[in-house]
Amino acid sequence: MALYSEKVMDHFRNPRNVGVIENADGVGEVGNPVCGDIMKIYLKINADQIIEEVKFETFGCGSAIASSSMATELIKGQPVSEALKLTNKAVTEALDGLPAHKIHCSVLAEEAIKKAVKDYYDKNNIEYDPAIFPDDHDCEHCCGG
Amino acid sequence: MNIYADNAATTKMSENAINAMLPYMREVYGNPSSLYEIGQKAKEALEEFRSRAAAVLGCEAREIYFTSGGSEADNQAIVSAARSGEKKGKKHIISTAFEHHAVLHTLKKLEKEGFEVELLDVHSNGVVTADQVAKAIREDTALVTIMYANNEIGTVQPISEIGAVCREKGVLFHTDAVQAIGHVAVDIKRDNIDMLSLSAHKFHGPKGIGILYARKGIFLTNIIEGGAQERGKRAGTENLPAIAGMVVALEDATADLDGYAKKLTPLRDKLIAGLDEIPYSELNGDRDARLPGTVNFCFEGIEGESLLLLLDDKGVSASSGSACTSGSLDPSHVLLAIGRPHEVAHGSLRLSLSEDVTEEEIDYLVKSVKEVVEYLRNMSPFWRDLVTGKRPHVFAE
Repeated sequence: MALYSEKVMDHFRNPRNVGVIENADGVGEVGNPVCGDIMKIYLKINADQIIEEVKFETFGCGSAIASSSMATELIKGQPVSEALKLTNKAVTEALDGLPAHKIHCSVLAEEAIKKAVKDYYDKNNIEYDPAIFPDDHDCEHCCGG
Repeated sequence: MNIYADNAATTKMSENAINAMLPYMREVYGNPSSLYEIGQKAKEALEEFRSRAAAVLGCEAREIYFTSGGSEADNQAIVSAARSGEKKGKKHIISTAFEHHAVLHTLKKLEKEGFEVELLDVHSNGVVTADQVAKAIREDTALVTIMYANNEIGTVQPISEIGAVCREKGVLFHTDAVQAIGHVAVDIKRDNIDMLSLSAHKFHGPKGIGILYARKGIFLTNIIEGGAQERGKRAGTENLPAIAGMVVALEDATADLDGYAKKLTPLRDKLIAGLDEIPYSELNGDRDARLPGTVNFCFEGIEGESLLLLLDDKGVSASSGSACTSGSLDPSHVLLAIGRPHEVAHGSLRLSLSEDVTEEEIDYLVKSVKEVVEYLRNMSPFWRDLVTGKRPHVFAE
């Protein structure tokens, strides 16, 4: 099928890191059912601030599932500071590209990870610059309200 | 197992239709407007096919206009009625909220020109009533245009009753019968239809060819300007091979509609019963007033595109009304029109069967959909929220 790259189809058909982490150190959820996609990222972070384990759950299209899978692969085993640097562009490139109207799926993946890290910081009273975390995903522009 | 279950999108051409086309590519390839023999032979064939199409539809040959398909026929019917209407000061058009975009977008254009378009509610069962039409008709109503059967959910409208109301009130009535012709018995006279659109590729004919039926006396406005083909109402050299394929496919598809319904309806109902077993799912549209081969379901907690991709991996070709598959940001306007909330409309699946589907294939379809829905629900945080009560269910279990 020419809609998606081989990489996207591989991560869609065989998604890595699907599931839930009980008592996760950080959880981030973005999107909403009205728009047709929700991503939830669970992080297990050790004392050295390394992401030891990451899991995701996604409700959405093929590229949303593939973007979640790829994003979790990219941050697994990385320091939290590196995970915060993950951009949607990096996710898209790692997937060998996404169709133009599916780029927002990679944006959701980036935002879900940032939100999970923020949750980790908040739970552990770690100080941070609020500017590094974007506001909640604005649904108005993605589904016409 | 490979199952093509998207016959409402398009169908496989029949061997009869293919064979009917070949002589008009190989031998009688002349232009019907040319005066030499091979041209005149083409002209004769063209008129013979027109008469045969008229015989199937129960109208006169001169009431048949060959078009490039259903969309063009819809456009021309609506624009023609609008132009005739406005000359008499009639600028009110009645339609429904779940028409095909060929109708809705044409109406949108007319609205910008100052026409008043009234879209009737199609209720949760996807059926409009003749009573609604009767109440909506006004002195200045130029046209009523209501589809015979809906392309997404397959509900069949009470066209006979609607036609009677329109005829009684003297209002032009057009029906987009693209999904109905070759699938249910359409009778132009019985149904009091003034204009009708059909498309060949929905009944095993070729793509890019259709018919606009317009009752004699109705003045058509050209959509395509040029030569004097189709009594001056549709320019362009007639696509004779496609016309041949279409008419043969039309004759075949309408030859035994009772037999078609008797064979397909129980298989359709078996499919509905099977999918009904999936918890928190619901059939879209009326259970009975429905095309013999079309089934459309919504499943809570999942999204349609991923459902289609995984079904494709299992050899099943189907379609969905989710935003991701519609190419727009909103889910199907049809599902919204019958009152499905956005979050449920995203999780829709249409399976449209052909008459050669087997019982074994129905079992496979049910099994495949069940597996994929369960798999996707297991990775869906939305589904988790529904199961744990964090969000309310829309459907009953």
